[in-house]
Amino acid sequence: MVHWSAEEKQLIASVWGKVSVEECGAEALARLLIVYPWTQRFFANFGNLSSPTAVIGNPKVQAHGKKVLTSFGEAVKNLDNIKGTYSKLSELHCEKLHVDPENFRLLGDILVIVLASHFGRDFSPACQSAWQKLVGVVAHALARKYH
Amino acid sequence: MLTAEDKKLIQQVWGKMGGAEEEVGAETLWRMFTAYPPTKTYFPHFDLSQGSDQIRGHGKKVVAALGTAIKNIDNLSQALSELSNLHAYNLRVDPPRFALQLLAQCLQVALAVRLGKEYTPEMHSAVDKFMSAVAAVLAEKYR
Repeated sequence: MVHWSAEEKQLIASVWGKVSVEECGAEALARLLIVYPWTQRFFANFGNLSSPTAVIGNPKVQAHGKKVLTSFGEAVKNLDNIKGTYSKLSELHCEKLHVDPENFRLLGDILVIVLASHFGRDFSPACQSAWQKLVGVVAHALARKYH
Repeated sequence: MLTAEDKKLIQQVWGKMGGAEEEVGAETLWRMFTAYPPTKTYFPHFDLSQGSDQIRGHGKKVVAALGTAIKNIDNLSQALSELSNLHAYNLRVDPPRFALQLLAQCLQVALAVRLGKEYTPEMHSAVDKFMSAVAAVLAEKYR
């Protein structure tokens, strides 16, 4: 089980409390598809992803980004059992979606950058540290059921 | 790899730092040491407390080197040749594929903190590609 200090929990909660899941989710997913274009392979049916503008404006990207970050909220609510929280999703990403777990790490790092751009100086090094740890734990949990 | 547009964006990002390069460098390192404690193992000889002169000095060095790389972006291999030797034979930092990825992440965060909305996905992408190119050159001589 992952150990979270009281400070880490507080830093995670305080950022999460101010996050617009819809906005940040859409932005994080869009950036994933723009910065690492090969990730578009998982979204062949999303329509126009031909340029950064197209990706950002794509309603399916926005909707899916919101879905992904909403799910992330489950980790924030269940810091003491992230493994259990993502057990089913892990199986899904392996068996149905066939997503290389490396992509979870990429998305996690992008989410941290999106948070940094939204919160500026408030996204302190200690804050970043707690969140890098969180995205790492989530990525690990999502990869756990792969076979 | 780096398109003409990427190169333009990287110059732009660097321009936006407007003299704060030293600060950005120090912040990048501090964030890296905070979020990824194992990176401190390469600096046992440093005072790693927050705001230390050594972190500031080293941060300035790192950003200056990146600045030089940007000025010679069409010939990174040559521009970074000395640094490549240094990292491969002296410093032997865990191959830049891995260690530099952590530095790059923290640089991105430091830039995003400073530029906010201005740190567009296109800029983010260009910087990411640039840092990958730098890491590749630094790793060239490892074996």
